[in-house]
Amino acid sequence: MSYLYDETIDGPLATHDQANVVAQLQALIPGLQLLHEQEDLRPFECDGLAAYRATPLLVALPDTVDQVESLLKYANAQKIPVVARGAGTGLSGGALPLDKGILLVMARFNRILDVDPEACTARVQPGVRNLAISQAAAPHGLYYAPDPSSQIACSIGGNVAENAGGVHCLKYGLTVNNILKLEILTIDGERITLGSEALDAPGFDYLALFTGSEGMLGIVTEVTVKLLTRPPSAKVLLASFDDIEQAGAAVARIIGAGVIPGGLEMMDNLAIRAAEDFIHAGYPVDAAAILLCEVDGVESDVQEDLACVEALLRAAGATDIRVAKDEAERLRLWAGRKNAFPAVGRISPDYYCMDGTIPRRELPRVLKGIEALSNEYGLKVANVFHAGDGNMHPLILFDANAPGETGRAEALGARILELCVAVGGSITGEHGVGREKINQMCAQFNSDELTFFHALKAAFDPNGLLNPGKNVPTLHRCAEFGSMHVHHGALPFPELERF
Amino acid sequence: MRIEPVSMDDSERLVAEVSQALASGTPLAIRGGNSKAFLGRAVQGVVLDTRSHRGVVSYDPTELVITARAGTPLAELNATLDAAGQMLPCEPPAFGGAATVGGMVAAGLAGPRRPWSGSVRDFVLGCRVITGHAKHLRFGGEVMKNVAGYDVSRLLAGSFGCLGVITEVSLKVLPKPRATTCLSLELDAGEALRELSAWRRAVLPVSAACYVDGRLHVRLEGGAGSVASALDRIGGKQLEPGFWDDLREHRLGFFDDPRPLWRLSLPNASPLLDLPGDTLLDWGGAQRWLKSDAPAATLRRIAHAAGGHATCFTPNADRDVDADAEPFTPLAPALLRFHRQLKQKLDPRGLFNPGRLYAGL
Repeated sequence: MSYLYDETIDGPLATHDQANVVAQLQALIPGLQLLHEQEDLRPFECDGLAAYRATPLLVALPDTVDQVESLLKYANAQKIPVVARGAGTGLSGGALPLDKGILLVMARFNRILDVDPEACTARVQPGVRNLAISQAAAPHGLYYAPDPSSQIACSIGGNVAENAGGVHCLKYGLTVNNILKLEILTIDGERITLGSEALDAPGFDYLALFTGSEGMLGIVTEVTVKLLTRPPSAKVLLASFDDIEQAGAAVARIIGAGVIPGGLEMMDNLAIRAAEDFIHAGYPVDAAAILLCEVDGVESDVQEDLACVEALLRAAGATDIRVAKDEAERLRLWAGRKNAFPAVGRISPDYYCMDGTIPRRELPRVLKGIEALSNEYGLKVANVFHAGDGNMHPLILFDANAPGETGRAEALGARILELCVAVGGSITGEHGVGREKINQMCAQFNSDELTFFHALKAAFDPNGLLNPGKNVPTLHRCAEFGSMHVHHGALPFPELERF
Repeated sequence: MRIEPVSMDDSERLVAEVSQALASGTPLAIRGGNSKAFLGRAVQGVVLDTRSHRGVVSYDPTELVITARAGTPLAELNATLDAAGQMLPCEPPAFGGAATVGGMVAAGLAGPRRPWSGSVRDFVLGCRVITGHAKHLRFGGEVMKNVAGYDVSRLLAGSFGCLGVITEVSLKVLPKPRATTCLSLELDAGEALRELSAWRRAVLPVSAACYVDGRLHVRLEGGAGSVASALDRIGGKQLEPGFWDDLREHRLGFFDDPRPLWRLSLPNASPLLDLPGDTLLDWGGAQRWLKSDAPAATLRRIAHAAGGHATCFTPNADRDVDADAEPFTPLAPALLRFHRQLKQKLDPRGLFNPGRLYAGL
């Protein structure tokens, strides 16, 4: 099954002549920049999931909300699909273009409109980079909490579309917990405000519904985010284990003891070695696993938490515990973790990043399952894990130039996600379904639940023009996918209870 | 009060009743403990009682997640968490003690800690729901991060049962703070708001702040050290922690006033407003309770001008004047259209709590 949009199973799309559409849009919206030459379209043919590529019908680069409104009204009237794109850093192909659709690039909406240090909010355009918000808030001692690894480049509009997370989610929440208000344009060009500057708004919680909806319900034209006061102290502690299950048990002990760390990350030996080789963070390369635990807050609380965590880790069997002695060492320890993906990229020609979440208690079972699958498919897997919130990022190492390896890597990835679902988890914690995990949605949701999703979508986009083929599979696709994957009437992992 | 936990899966009966209602086109008034019947528009429908579908389904404190059936008494959920040293940080009100977990999520009301902890929906991780097609479905789950499909469970929080019957919810929970101290200070309201702003900048561990009767009431929560040093800085008189329960449950003297009760939800750092009536400031000023006979339109105009909205917490029947006033702030026409379209798609026969939020919804 190809990753490209397949009209026979994803639904028919209207065909339009590119030259006509360009001419009509130019006449309708003077000043709107459009790209339509093949060489101009090429840079937009993929997002952060570079293995998936498609050339859009054309690319629109609006500068004003009025232009977006006119474009959407036109697309709705003509039944032309619209795929929104922010900075294009997404890892699930959520901004993968359609060859019959307009790619709506929101990158030019890059202004920070207002930072209010009293209310602790910032009002920004959707193309503003995640990190730029924290930089603008920094003079007031404030910052924007969600910090996906791509925060230097990713845009807040894309963060909203994906409900982006980061390494501090357990304590500080996801995008949905850190925004107050969205300005939205619907496919029929209607402007609606979701949420408010207050802590709640009348009516259904559409702010929560639209967050993580992957550009399927409306286009974000403005975001009001919450800002937090920067904690005065942050300390990071590195614990080594010679057994990965012990490391997992240590996480449960820390949380069971009532400590909520600002960040709690785990890496396995393969990931440790790759990161150490690249960053020289001072990681113990012989350890089976390491835990990075950051506690933040007021100095005295941080000291209390550190003492508590240290004792717990020792009791949990840590072979070595080290507290970063200064800010430079703290940043170095984090740099190793934050660069784990590119580090793995150095030891393997290609890697494929998974994003499953599991209840933490299932970690030993899932790690064993991944190891067995890794052997079965003959591909190495490095494990990087947001241990605090159960979000795993297994990195499958492969060589795209070796015949059959790409297919094997994708099949292994799919099996890992199905394993996550089977233990009560989810196929995606923060990267989104996009196009990449569209088939695995059939494992996580039954046909009635998928039908419910489609009905919900139809309330906002009855013609299915916003980002078709992403996030929620058609029942037809699941029927095709199921016939491929159910062998001899047996579901994958029959030994596990189905949730 | 000792609570005897009861566990019973009565979902089949609930699905059967919804199926029957669907077949006959009979609207349903979904009811748990009936503790928040005063809030929202009156619903004409056959009562669907969720209380027999009850009990904690799973709870592992080290996972920070609890899953409970909709009919579980909120008090039972809180007692279970308390025994493990944990809590539902948004501290939702029970309004009389009969409140259920399902009603708590459907109403989405949060207590004094809300600005610092997050709202009810911020702690909803997953749910099971009976839909307008009488299907019993599951969305979200028991994991902290989950972005597969649309976020239906958070959409249901605060939807007042208008989109489906919540039968089970999974909630994120947190450890109780290691140290808590409550205090009160005598000062005027303007000073109180200025102090709160200064304490925020100084990262004091404030977890509740209420101004009433000329006094600012503050709760500090955190580690022993930070709470002690904040107490040194703030000073004031010691306050019984029960104050916050009385505030959350509307048992303070302020709420005895016979005039209608209004809730104004306002942006952080809103200034003092010239409101016609008596005011209590909660949530550090972001939630203001008002006892007032003023017309709804007047109060809504003031709230709107300040960037917020106003909800009436006194039912129409109890009010002499302004009998046709809506309890919830009317939606902008475009937004109302998308509410009606969603209702039409998810509950096409209009079975669930018709009109509880707005007419035609």
